[in-house]
Amino acid sequence: MKIGIYPGCSLEGSARDYNESVFALAKAFALELVQIPDWNCCGATAAHNLNKELSLSLPARNLALAEKNGLDEIVVPCAACYSRLMTTQYELKNHPELKNKISEVIEMDYKGTTKIINVIEWIDKYIIPKLEEKVKKPFDYKVANYYGCLLVRPNKVLNYDRVEDPQTMDIVMNKIGATSIDFPYKTECCGAGLSISRTDIVSKLSGKIIEDAEHRGADAIIVGCPMCHSNLDMRRTDINKYWNTEFKIPVLFVTQAIGLAIGLTPEQVGLQRHFVEVKLAEKI
Amino acid sequence: MARIGVFICHCGENISATVDCTKVCETTAKLKHVAYATEYKYMCSDPGQSLIKEAIKKYNLTGVVVSACSPRMHEPTFRKACAEAGLNPFLCEMANLREHCSWVHEKSESTTQKAIDIVRILVEKVKHNAALQPIRVPVTKTALVIGGGIAGIQAALDIANCGHKVIMVERSPSIGGHMSQLSETFPTLDCSQCILTPRMVEVLQHPNITLYSYAEVEGLDGFIGNFVVKIRKKAKSLDEKVCTGCGLCITKCPVKKIPNEFEQGMGFRHAIYVPFPQAVPNKPVIDREHCTYYIKGKCKVCEIVCPTKAIRFDQPDEVIEAKVGAIVVATGFDIKHADFFPEYGYGKYKDVIDGLQFERLASASGPTSGEILRPSDGQKPKNIVFIACAGSRDPAKGIAYCSKICCMYTAKHAMLYKHKVHEGNAYVFYMDIRSAGKNYEEFVHRAIEEDHVNYIRGRVSTVYERDGKLIVKGVDTLLGAQPVEIVADMVVLATAGIANNGAEQLAQRLHISYDSHKFFAEAHPKLKPVETNTAGIFLAGACQNPKDIPDSVSQASGAAVKVAVLFSQNELTREPLVAVVNRMGPPMYSTCVGCFMCQPVCPYQAIEREEYKTRDGKVIKTVAKINEGLCQGCGTCVALCRSKSIDLYGYTNEQVYTEVVALLNDY
Repeated sequence: MKIGIYPGCSLEGSARDYNESVFALAKAFALELVQIPDWNCCGATAAHNLNKELSLSLPARNLALAEKNGLDEIVVPCAACYSRLMTTQYELKNHPELKNKISEVIEMDYKGTTKIINVIEWIDKYIIPKLEEKVKKPFDYKVANYYGCLLVRPNKVLNYDRVEDPQTMDIVMNKIGATSIDFPYKTECCGAGLSISRTDIVSKLSGKIIEDAEHRGADAIIVGCPMCHSNLDMRRTDINKYWNTEFKIPVLFVTQAIGLAIGLTPEQVGLQRHFVEVKLAEKI
Repeated sequence: MARIGVFICHCGENISATVDCTKVCETTAKLKHVAYATEYKYMCSDPGQSLIKEAIKKYNLTGVVVSACSPRMHEPTFRKACAEAGLNPFLCEMANLREHCSWVHEKSESTTQKAIDIVRILVEKVKHNAALQPIRVPVTKTALVIGGGIAGIQAALDIANCGHKVIMVERSPSIGGHMSQLSETFPTLDCSQCILTPRMVEVLQHPNITLYSYAEVEGLDGFIGNFVVKIRKKAKSLDEKVCTGCGLCITKCPVKKIPNEFEQGMGFRHAIYVPFPQAVPNKPVIDREHCTYYIKGKCKVCEIVCPTKAIRFDQPDEVIEAKVGAIVVATGFDIKHADFFPEYGYGKYKDVIDGLQFERLASASGPTSGEILRPSDGQKPKNIVFIACAGSRDPAKGIAYCSKICCMYTAKHAMLYKHKVHEGNAYVFYMDIRSAGKNYEEFVHRAIEEDHVNYIRGRVSTVYERDGKLIVKGVDTLLGAQPVEIVADMVVLATAGIANNGAEQLAQRLHISYDSHKFFAEAHPKLKPVETNTAGIFLAGACQNPKDIPDSVSQASGAAVKVAVLFSQNELTREPLVAVVNRMGPPMYSTCVGCFMCQPVCPYQAIEREEYKTRDGKVIKTVAKINEGLCQGCGTCVALCRSKSIDLYGYTNEQVYTEVVALLNDY
């Protein structure tokens, strides 16, 4: 089964560990992931604040390339890229007049037939059915599943999971032996793109998320978004300084947790790249 | 020869602002057979009507076309005026120049032309109108009241006190409705039970009222004055005539842990139960879904202990039919429960409760005997948060309307809490305080000023549990959208009032309309708030939209008067706009060939079979016949009839063809 993958910039940079764990899982479950050839920026947070046409054209080009290369289904591990691609598909489906215009801009046909899935849907569809037999070391930890904003919102566009209290990641984590805790911060804001310009705000907001997870006795925070990960992990020094404390809880991508559970080494799923050391007590 | 009068109304400026009424008048005056045409500013007013009446006499008119608003608005007015002048009312037609023309078009030549055309076709139609006679039908002077809440009780008592018989059907084992669950009532804080239970007893003891509790309306046939209702009396599994209501069976029943509906799930009841001690009728029923005997075939403890041997395990449901002349629908409402709110925990936090649950906590007869104790651990909440508009006024939740009662009961709840927990803090998150009603605003101010309830204007984004406390995160929009976080022990949601469970099915059974929220629809929002679109069926209480007790009671009395008005006549007249199958002499009798294709398409079951027989009883021909009592004049059978044997009085094929031809022809 050939599935396309749109990595986006993060998976080639700050979230290489995410990329490595996605491909490690694909290899372990014999899934072929084909990168969309000549893919470009999804527009990220910048484009849709400046120019609507641009913000639709950038993702549309990637979708058109997927169509051209016969990739009927693409997985988009980055939640922000996922949101941009889904939004584009939604907008162009509901505004056919835009579709022709965008086709002209990208100089390619755009049909809008590609099925876009996020990382949890990919796991659900291709990994869960074969997971049970592969689990070697159950991930027997209490986990706080943090969805952030773009994995489930806006519901109108994504039509995925429950907006206020999403469950899909909790279900996946429970399947590999984890205990998902009741985590009220699962969709609270981490500070997102303010990571660069207002690190203090990220420190405050991400700190609240981490504090609550630690307070509830979670052993790890599980994420499915590079932005969330970088704020909760890479910004930890700033967070600890802001809160004047020593938060130690590690932050793992959902794919990394599954990798560990099926017996991949920490290096194979990129854990050595984290800023916060992933020290999980061995469970017997 | 036809002599038609045309009367053109300006409707203030509603018509004359876009239509040149003078031109319409001048043009139509020249039409063939038009004997008189005139215009007037308000044709429906007294001088306007006099104008028509005088013209009928002076010009000896044989038909009248009033060119004004929709016939739904004023056709009865003008037909009555014609009748007063001696003209058969069915020789009066209305040309709708307002809704069909002036309101929907800009001022222009072609708008005036359209108005002329509309008048023209009606002039042609009225020439073919027949002088019809109204249909007379008898009235059964018994009313059916569906629902035994305060609205149903009020309506039933008022009708019964007028001397008419009433059948009351209540689907739960006791009457009393939501009002019987309430602790105190706003704005006086008088005890709900104390004012309600005497009225419940009055219903039971009233010689004119027959009460069927634990029963449901299963079907309805017939029409105003002559309904036939099918009522399913669910098996109570005991003989009510033998049962004394001693309650011994209840105390001995081994199934004890069934969530009590009356306590909103906050207490338990047995499998054989009365909903609450003051229930009317105060005799138990067996809940067959939970009773051990019905599940496992063994137990029968109630039967063994019953001193009067009243238990009847094999009692079947009983379906009875009753003839009634009018119906009051008073089936009440329901509320959204806490599990509707993902942001407040989908109902998973035990101490996030809804308003009705709080009523039970505050009620002297409730699960805590009136002490405010939180459900999770029975502790007294030190901090309590009330969230108004939980669901209401929130299109994202699918409920755009205001539930109307929540502002007031939330103020009452906060007050009751402060009266019982003096050292506690009560917070109310609100959008707006809507306290329009007699002494309502003063009541809210009493809560704020005398009882020191903290009102915070803003919404609550989320409620979650941490260390056994409920964290309520909201915003204070009067302090510059400042985030507010309250560590609460209990949260009460003033959840949206919604249509009662089963409302849609009941509406369909009764053939009454309902809105997109399944609330029953009134015939006119202002002038017919109590009537439904189906003649003879009236509304009372919160089945129409969320209402408080005073509004429900007022409307119920209104509905009762409507019933009394109906019952003040021995016969009803109704418009003869019904379908008819043609008849002629032998040997044809009718062009109807008796295919009866019309029978299954009739929505009102109005088509019957009629047989023509020889003297020795041999059937010569079977033809269709329409029961004019049942026919609503929809015309479906007319369109379907293969031999064109059916026609609709008032809208005959000839009349409609004439209109079309008039439109196509020059004039």
